[in-house]
Amino acid sequence: MFAFAKNRFSRQLVLALCCTVAAGLAALSAQASDLETIEQRGTLRVAVPQDFPPFGSVGTDLQPQGYDIDMAHYLADQMDVDLKLVTVTSANRIPFLQTDKVDLVISSLGRNPERAAVIDFTDAYAPFFLGVFGTPEAEAIDDASGLSGKTIGVTRGSVEDMELSDLAPSDTTIQRFEDNATTISAFLSGQVSYIATGNVVAAQIAERNAERAPTMVFQIKNSPCYIGLAQDNGALKDRVNALIEQAKQDGTLESMSQKWFHTALPDDLSS
Amino acid sequence: MTLDFSTLLPYTDVILEGLVTTLWLTVVTTAAGIALAILVAYVRDGSPTGTRAVISRLLGGYVEIVRNTPFIVQLFFLYFGLPALGVPISATAAALLAMILNLGAYTAEILRAGIDSTLKGQHEAARALGLSRRQSFRHVVLVPAFSRVYPSLISQCIIVMLGSAVVSQISVFDLTYAANFIQSRNFRGFEVYLVVTLIYLLLAVGLRLAFEFVGRRLFAFRQGGSS
Repeated sequence: MFAFAKNRFSRQLVLALCCTVAAGLAALSAQASDLETIEQRGTLRVAVPQDFPPFGSVGTDLQPQGYDIDMAHYLADQMDVDLKLVTVTSANRIPFLQTDKVDLVISSLGRNPERAAVIDFTDAYAPFFLGVFGTPEAEAIDDASGLSGKTIGVTRGSVEDMELSDLAPSDTTIQRFEDNATTISAFLSGQVSYIATGNVVAAQIAERNAERAPTMVFQIKNSPCYIGLAQDNGALKDRVNALIEQAKQDGTLESMSQKWFHTALPDDLSS
Repeated sequence: MTLDFSTLLPYTDVILEGLVTTLWLTVVTTAAGIALAILVAYVRDGSPTGTRAVISRLLGGYVEIVRNTPFIVQLFFLYFGLPALGVPISATAAALLAMILNLGAYTAEILRAGIDSTLKGQHEAARALGLSRRQSFRHVVLVPAFSRVYPSLISQCIIVMLGSAVVSQISVFDLTYAANFIQSRNFRGFEVYLVVTLIYLLLAVGLRLAFEFVGRRLFAFRQGGSS
């Protein structure tokens, strides 16, 4: 009896192993869809975030919405194909691309050497940066020495805290708060006139508090987002790059920035 | 895990700055808080009538509000609320105000207990002997009341000193702020908090000793005679 059970168990184990290996081989051999395939299929499959506003979140109508989703719609419209949105998480963005489940990853993807080794990137399409933000009346600051004498709120231990502490002149008062919520409260209540944070957080403040919408006065660190696609997919990359350039020229990106970030695009992205 | 306190050396200044802030916050709070409490006790003493009765009611409300809400909420209320009402207040000022109001309310209540335990006849005898209300409050009511509740008073001041750690939440550069700051830079949380805990412990013991020293001077009358 026991031997039989054991035997059956072994057989199942072998079967499971075979399936895994087969799936792995299939994944390895998954050929990325090139531009021609996409046009023949008539559908562009795009991985978008659903948990990272304003890049991508789920609206009250349960439909994905955000900057990345608008970008996907724009590309599909221009390529004259249907759009299939696939919601992904931060961790499985790249595997979805590698296994040809999607053609493009438009998911607030930053560019780094580790990622560049396995996938390819188009030109930058979305702003992602850390900066010092002031009230809408605040004047722009050209370089770090312009921060002198200012009081800036920041969340303790965050990347922006580290970068700002290095950059700022010694007579800048940096007030560090425990978490993002307290830093935001300090800015909204007028306790600090400036905060150092990311443009995503600034957009969220602007969303809820238009009259004190944070306006960037100084950029601390810039790491814009890129669209990810499979390697050696030159035709698709060229097509997407051309469309990004067109979006920069005709103001599509600018209006998306105004819509989702409530602020103009930074210089490196505007035409 | 090994302890490496040498990673704290570059941050000696930061700890010192935090220590100085915590110290002066405590000293000012203790002095101002006790003064506030005496004032509250004076107004509320006896059975007030007229305007004093109204003020006495208001002060009673203040004592109850402070004693029945968390300190951090009071702090946030002052720091984020006052500017919204058009009263600009710095983080340090908000912290100091919150601490004084807090200690004032608790000490007023401690003092009231001491005053209540003073025999009513003693008060009346003082007035019968021709002492003014102020004189009788000061010499006959307050000093004996103080001497009776002095140990509780010391504890309350130490509680406020330790509670001052919370002001780091509104970016006041106190000892806890220093510890959090260092911890966010060198990721040596255990070493930092160990050192800061020791400093707080020494501060508390020092504060108690200082209070007891002052107490021996102030209430010398109790030592020789019967209690």
